[in-house]
Amino acid sequence: MNNEPENYLSEHSVRSWLLTTDHKRIGILYLLSILVYFAVAAVAAALMRLTLLNPTGDLVLPETYNKLFTLHGVLMVWFFLIPSIPAVLGNFVIPMMIGARDVAFPKLNLLSWYLFNIGGLCVLYAVVVGGVDTGWTFYTPYSTTYANGHVVTMIMGVFIAGFGSILTGLNFIVTIHKMRAPGLTWFRLPLFIWSLYSTSLILVLATPVLAITLLAIAVERLWGVGIFDPNLGGDPVLFQHMFWFYSHPAVYIMILPGMGVISEVIPCFSRKRIFGYHFVAFSSIAIAVVGFSVWGHHMFVSSQSVYAAMVFSVLSFIVAVPSAIKVFNWTATLYKGSISYDTPMLYAFGFIGLFTIGGLTGLFLASIAVDVHLHDTYFVVAHFHYIMVGGMVLSFMGGLHYWWPKITGRMYPEIMGRIAALVTFIGFNLTFFPQFLLGYLGQPRRYHAYPPEFQVFHVLSTAGASILGIGYLMPLLYFVWSLKYGQRAPANPWKATGLEWQTPSPPPSENFHETPIVTEEPYDYHPEADELPPEPQHA
Amino acid sequence: MPEPAIAHAHQFESAEQQRDADTLGMWTFLATEVLFFGGLIMCYTFGRFSYPQAFEAASHHLYVGYGGPNTAILLCSSFTMALAVRSAQLGRRKALVGFLIATILFGLGFLVVKGFEYHTDYVEQLVPRWRFHWEGADAGHAELFFWLYFVLTGLHAIHVTIGVGLLTVVAILGWRGRITAENHMTAEITGLYWHFVDIVWVFLFPLLYLIGHR
Amino acid sequence: MSHTIVPLKTYATIFVLLMVLLGLTVGVAYLDLGALNLAAAMAIAVAKAILIILFFMHIRYGRKLTWVFAGAGFFWLAILLVLAMTDYATR
Repeated sequence: MNNEPENYLSEHSVRSWLLTTDHKRIGILYLLSILVYFAVAAVAAALMRLTLLNPTGDLVLPETYNKLFTLHGVLMVWFFLIPSIPAVLGNFVIPMMIGARDVAFPKLNLLSWYLFNIGGLCVLYAVVVGGVDTGWTFYTPYSTTYANGHVVTMIMGVFIAGFGSILTGLNFIVTIHKMRAPGLTWFRLPLFIWSLYSTSLILVLATPVLAITLLAIAVERLWGVGIFDPNLGGDPVLFQHMFWFYSHPAVYIMILPGMGVISEVIPCFSRKRIFGYHFVAFSSIAIAVVGFSVWGHHMFVSSQSVYAAMVFSVLSFIVAVPSAIKVFNWTATLYKGSISYDTPMLYAFGFIGLFTIGGLTGLFLASIAVDVHLHDTYFVVAHFHYIMVGGMVLSFMGGLHYWWPKITGRMYPEIMGRIAALVTFIGFNLTFFPQFLLGYLGQPRRYHAYPPEFQVFHVLSTAGASILGIGYLMPLLYFVWSLKYGQRAPANPWKATGLEWQTPSPPPSENFHETPIVTEEPYDYHPEADELPPEPQHA
Repeated sequence: MPEPAIAHAHQFESAEQQRDADTLGMWTFLATEVLFFGGLIMCYTFGRFSYPQAFEAASHHLYVGYGGPNTAILLCSSFTMALAVRSAQLGRRKALVGFLIATILFGLGFLVVKGFEYHTDYVEQLVPRWRFHWEGADAGHAELFFWLYFVLTGLHAIHVTIGVGLLTVVAILGWRGRITAENHMTAEITGLYWHFVDIVWVFLFPLLYLIGHR
Repeated sequence: MSHTIVPLKTYATIFVLLMVLLGLTVGVAYLDLGALNLAAAMAIAVAKAILIILFFMHIRYGRKLTWVFAGAGFFWLAILLVLAMTDYATR
């Protein structure tokens, strides 16, 4: 890959990769792993969308369809989105952004990658030997009592991978608290760090509750008796309380890091200091904390008490506020900025629009009376895909493009990058906007068959999915191409602020030859005074 | 005798930074454990709130004669653990190892008592589904209580076992002189884990054995 | 922080206090206090936990940040218990 000055990629042996404790290599190991799980989950989605072309939905057996959406959910949530920005970009960039040589516990970092993949292998094994059809939400009593299949195996996979998540969060929290360079006070930190710190709080505090909940299902299946069993006076809804206590904050794990990327990209490509730094920083913490108190909005129709539902509904409205604050601040940053349309910035624009739509539709769902009609319909499916794909995946792509030169020492081809961003945006909207309409018109989710009058929406959605697939495939191809043929990148191709740009691309193993000392405020951009970043070379 | 003070790991700037990081790291891990056990406490809270009489009746089938002494054993073990860490801070190798061995013995004692207790529970037919017989109403609710009892104490016992294993490793390191006054964090953070395991039991004892009044 | 060496006498006093509280826990259980049995048992357990955390786990001698970390887990557990019980308590 590089035959120039010694850098973290110089040593080539397999052993040096599999036993690495270098946070940069661990980030790349995670990238390769999540791509594999993403590919499997994408194939599941493709099969689902092909099945849904016809109202009879008989491309696959009904039980197979259920196994496909279960697989898609389990892999995308736990084995793609949750690790994506934190374990790939976070691992790579956090120590560099704070001027450190590595994270606080490098060996635990490597352990987290192994736990992640042992868990992933368990899940894939469960699929190979017959699959699970409970949905990624494993609701009781179906998962504990009636489901056939390999529920325990799949659950154990998620359980083990969860410990990987916890270790990553633990590492980031201690690293950010204790290993900042001299002069790097909390309010001089890049907002990416604030976002990942908030994410890490959730990883550490929420995941253990998921772990014990999954363990309880496994115990109930194996022992034949348990706390969720209504025959004994147990409560299946108790499962939902415990599951969503984790899984709602989990969705903030799946957006906060993306918001962090946007907070880096927008100032850089508008050459302007971010507007309202403190507001953006505190809003990240607010989302993480308040996000723990809203989980009951997933349970409005579960027989949960109406009074509890009202409390959860109000809190769900409140949690939207810090997200909106971020959107206003990003927009205000753009105002009178000197804007350039490089690939990372295109993804950032896409993020702002699509996340806003996703977030607003969340408010509809947070209103109890409306949710009664929309719960378990395609409206919900569209809502969360707008945030997770339109938001998180787009920001992951943006971040990957932004830091690619730093990670690999190569530039990706800019024109291809912009085209892929556009293709992704168009494909995404064509896939998921019809689903809002489908849900509003009453089509339930997780159904393989539907009334014929809905077919046109499904056909549009499947067409969109093919285009979206192309949008994903293009970067895969040109990123690989760039490793050998891409233009060599300088230390700071975007003329960005931040410590990670003060070191060569790719960086040396210990990141910095000397510990940096920070004296300036972050995002020291000047739209009038700065020259624009040099036009990247076109492939 | 002991080796010279070990320099700090390469990612840190100083030994003090490493000590601070180790401490914060262990406390973060303990917070995850609070929530891990906490999930089961949530289940318990639901059960006790919903079926107070059944839970109280079921609780009275547990023996304070097992639970009380076991609590005392763990409190003693926390005392000896604190003394072990203190010995490490003072560089007293033999005292360190001695107090660690005492802590290990207390831990093993706890597990032995627990073993006898589980046997008694089995004999008295209090094991859900496998060997459960309940006189009186609310058999299902009583069975829920015992499910919680076995899962909570079982999970706790697993943590005690892991703790005994860790303490054995630390005792060996201590014996070999690898734990010194300048470099005693291994003992300190293992101690944090052990004290946490004690605290969990401090709550489990009244929640499981002392519901209502006897 | 880890340089503070706690006096032997402090550890011994805390240990004795813990054993006394254990005796109290058991003793109170043999009195009929109705709803207060639970409150008393939990209060004593919390007292024991605080003693262990402050003295045996050295929080009393440590940085303020460690106090926050030590409390965070319990605070978050409280969120789970309180909000979930608003469901059960109002059904």
